[in-house]
Amino acid sequence: MKTNTHPHHPDITGEMWTRMDEIIANGKGQPGSLITVLRECQEVVGYLPSELLSHISHGLVLPTSQVFGVATFYSFFSLTPKGRHIVRVCTGTACYVKGIKEAMGRIDTTFDLKEGETTEDRRFTLEGVRCLGACGLAPVMVVDKDIYGDVTSNKVINILEKYE
Amino acid sequence: MNKIRMQLMLCGGTGCDSTGSERVREALLQEIQKQDLAGEVEIVVTGCNGFCAVGPVMVVQPEGIFYQKIKPEDAAELVEEHFLKGRPLKRLFYKEPGSKDIIPKMDDIPFFSSQMFRTMRNKGLIDPEVIDEYIARDGYFAVAKALTEMTPDGIVDEMLASGLRGRGGAGFPAGMKWKFAKQAQGDVKYVLCNADEGDPGAFMDRSILESDPHAVLEGMIIAAKAINAHKGYIYCRSEYPLAVKRLDIAISQAKAYGLLGEDILGSGFDFDIEVYQGAGAFVCGEETALMRSIEGKRGMPRPRPPFPAHKGLWEKPTILNNVETLANVPQIILKGGEWYASVGTETSKGTKVFALSGDVNNIGLVEIPMGTSLRTLVYDIGGGVPKKRKFKAVQLGGPSGGCVPEDYLDTPIDYEAIAKVGAIMGSGGAIVMDNRTCMVDMARYFMDFIQDESCGKCTPCREGTKQMLTILENICKGKGRPGDIERLQELAHVVGRSSLCGLGQTASNPVLSTLRYFREEYEAHIEQKECPAKICPDLVHFEVVPDLCKRCGLCFKDCPSDAITWKKKEVAVIDKDKCIKCMSCYDRCKFDAIL
Ligand SMILES: Cc1cc2nc3c(=O)[nH]c(=O)nc-3n(C[C@H](O)[C@H](O)[C@H](O)COP(=O)(O)O)c2cc1C
Ligand code: FES
Repeated sequence: MKTNTHPHHPDITGEMWTRMDEIIANGKGQPGSLITVLRECQEVVGYLPSELLSHISHGLVLPTSQVFGVATFYSFFSLTPKGRHIVRVCTGTACYVKGIKEAMGRIDTTFDLKEGETTEDRRFTLEGVRCLGACGLAPVMVVDKDIYGDVTSNKVINILEKYE
Repeated sequence: MNKIRMQLMLCGGTGCDSTGSERVREALLQEIQKQDLAGEVEIVVTGCNGFCAVGPVMVVQPEGIFYQKIKPEDAAELVEEHFLKGRPLKRLFYKEPGSKDIIPKMDDIPFFSSQMFRTMRNKGLIDPEVIDEYIARDGYFAVAKALTEMTPDGIVDEMLASGLRGRGGAGFPAGMKWKFAKQAQGDVKYVLCNADEGDPGAFMDRSILESDPHAVLEGMIIAAKAINAHKGYIYCRSEYPLAVKRLDIAISQAKAYGLLGEDILGSGFDFDIEVYQGAGAFVCGEETALMRSIEGKRGMPRPRPPFPAHKGLWEKPTILNNVETLANVPQIILKGGEWYASVGTETSKGTKVFALSGDVNNIGLVEIPMGTSLRTLVYDIGGGVPKKRKFKAVQLGGPSGGCVPEDYLDTPIDYEAIAKVGAIMGSGGAIVMDNRTCMVDMARYFMDFIQDESCGKCTPCREGTKQMLTILENICKGKGRPGDIERLQELAHVVGRSSLCGLGQTASNPVLSTLRYFREEYEAHIEQKECPAKICPDLVHFEVVPDLCKRCGLCFKDCPSDAITWKKKEVAVIDKDKCIKCMSCYDRCKFDAIL
């Protein structure tokens, strides 16, 4: 296994490749391991570039189509790079009823950023998630690891300004 | 060593965690040490207490005193007054919103007193990361009984007698499912737990996993014994990292105690459980899709039959039950099916957990006996609608469910009765909506969700939901045409009848139920191009009504786009060209002067 060469990729360091080779070796031959391998590799790199997906398909001896098929099916996986700060707005029912849509509108007018997108300067990635289980604080937004409740359209920009 | 005389059950559930319970814990700990009480007073961080609305919350045992909205700054006074001098701190007691009564004890608070805790019996009482605390509350006694005293038939009979129906939404009797899987031929069988919790407004399963993970493991072990399975998986959403962590801890502790793994309790029975993390696809909550996902494939459903009880995971006989269903099992085994069935209605037995949220005062997790009316849920437990607004509807069952308006609030919580009024019991999401909710927009919201989550395998669901979404979007934008309502109804029937799995089959429910009760709102959008609730941005134009304006300037201060002009003691004016319809002013105005 060690002999296989790694494709060159600007976002993946040699150390990352080593860690991922271990992950892939653990999953090899295990039925059903693909999703776990993808998850763990995404944790290492931050996203799943297509070169990496091809590498995983070689390593696990699975058809490339299956690996791409799975990676694109689940919303957890991203094939494009993310911003420095991940902004997750809750689009669950309670947060919707309490006005998350208006807050998202403000994010869009201020940062030109819609759900699923990353700002050009890679400052923010905006993700919609469904119910964070904190409906008591609705509408809810999570920036990196910080949870904010009662995120109305007039508060949301102030919160985001804090993240550079 | 001193004896612990007081336990501070501090909620560490997601809601309280995000309002700062961890900082409260640190502050309390510091004060306790300062007052030299460390040997007498103990802090226990529990799972979700349920009353998220007033968090962070803490219950002091054994007295049962309930504190709400605790801040780190309160720690010094709290420790000195209550824990040192024995004088409970009144200012942190619960106050009833209507009567302003002050209620010191948890059991007397209306939010709790109308509830009945079975599934959530350990909530707020144990540290979910310590197996001994679970065992001290009769934990794993049911496993001991099932493994050493009962036959598989005996277990199935007890489950059948309990009348417990699946809590994941469909309400299929759990005992029947187990019976089929038990009868199925095969040496390899599986027990799966559905912890995918897909309803986008629900968090019951998460709370159960976070506050009482062993109850779910126990339920799975008992199920395994009943059908003779040796391997189980818990399919948990990746959005629930704390639940995954607690499950991992629970599994390793159970293994260390010989309650999981080989030769459980010396009975000769082997069973192992693994946690499998989902990767964000609503359709994976559907049973056949969930199994494909565990196999590492795209989670797409397949036609049934064959049913999973015969051909499930890796084509082997499998049972899949929801978290809440499984968490009920230990007590049924311990106390008997008859005990369980003593509560509830003719066809719906036991209790049901709801995640109550939206426009309601007491947001939180609620467990009530089947047969309780929706009115009790919304008003007695939920405390009604805040800000003096009017109740409009309660939505049950999320994207597969429907809404129940005021006139039907006396409907009892019962699978059949709720279906009759056009909603479904669902998994327990209950979202209250006030008169500022646009029902067409709600239908559009759910259709958008479904359309996004449709896996694309079958045409009616993939294309039909897309068509319905387009129509709904047009209506909300003021581009609705005569005949749209009929087109929606027709599509709803086709998609409902011809889709492959439950996702498509139930996708039209939110549309049909809003049409049933709020048809005039659809008509207003289509014919008058008006949104009566003033939610759909394309149909509202904001204007200040001079007679109602109190000239306070709040709207002016909040406007992000400088669209409002206002000077002291003058009526505000909105510039329509600059207005971005963000609703800030509309929400802000206390006098309803903005229309
Ligand atoms: C689209 C779709 C999504 C579902 N999502 C869930 C879910 O998130 N959690 C759940 O327990 N059941 C879900 N179900 C129901 C499951 O298919 C299954 O009926 C249930 O897990 C069986 O357990 P029970 O009998 O204990 O309820 C879903 C069904 C469909 C059709
Ligand atoms: S709907 Fe947003 S946290 Fe539940």
